[in-house]
Amino acid sequence: MNRHSDQLDATFAALADPTRRAILARLASGEASVTELAEPFAMSQPAISKHLKILERAGLISRGRDAQRRPRRLEGKPMADATEWLERYRQFWEGNFQRLDALLEEMKTTETKAREKKRGRKNVHKSRGDQ
Amino acid sequence: MMMNPGQLAITAHGDREIVMTRVFNAPRKHVFAAWTRPELVKQWLLGPPGWSMPVCEINLKVGGKYRYEWRRDSDGQSMGMGGVYQEIVPPERLVVTEQFDEAWYPGHALITLVLTEKDGKTTATQTVLYESQEARDAVMKSPMESGVAASFDRMAELLAAME
Repeated sequence: MNRHSDQLDATFAALADPTRRAILARLASGEASVTELAEPFAMSQPAISKHLKILERAGLISRGRDAQRRPRRLEGKPMADATEWLERYRQFWEGNFQRLDALLEEMKTTETKAREKKRGRKNVHKSRGDQ
Repeated sequence: MMMNPGQLAITAHGDREIVMTRVFNAPRKHVFAAWTRPELVKQWLLGPPGWSMPVCEINLKVGGKYRYEWRRDSDGQSMGMGGVYQEIVPPERLVVTEQFDEAWYPGHALITLVLTEKDGKTTATQTVLYESQEARDAVMKSPMESGVAASFDRMAELLAAME
């Protein structure tokens, strides 16, 4: 259960905020400067910079080479790592539920057998009664 | 929501809830039994390969306690949790509190399991309600259990926005 790294923690924390998700969605269509990123949000540049810092620390974005604009761009690997981890997690529950599927099948079979046995006994009584 | 047996859906709901839905190809009285009888719970609620469930105690009455413990057989690493039954309506509804031994979120969570049956199939909807948004967010930061489930939902949302 302790497979997760600090990197994953940072990624999940970064993704837990709607503004940061919107920033990532915007960067998915290409790099952008802080000013450009601040435009669609009713937020000051320092507030946006704070979100960018969190995303940067999570490794989800990086800064481009243009020294003047300092454009931010999306980094794919942490997202890929997080998705991979989540897929393992989903498999964890799937594993549990597949075992439950098997158990429920077993319960059905046991119940059907018990019912047939009961009916079988009843039929015996009935045929005896007919005689 | 229309679902086929075997499909697992995990979604974040509001600020404090996480919802997990799964369809089983069985009547709900069996699903309810599998969720509440220790000898049955022990057969499926095991987690990743290599883990077993040496402790599974259930006192199925309102105010009664339950206690689960898992163990990784390779190195003896263990994990435990427990809680109290709040509502028991066989075979359709179960409400319990949940608290892990090693607290990874503040307070406890309330888990509601609702079973609905149609054409011999049972839909199990499990809702985890945290005490506060802070608690759920803490879970979100901890890639365990439902926390990851919520992140998964947010991730899906983000990936959809990125397309």
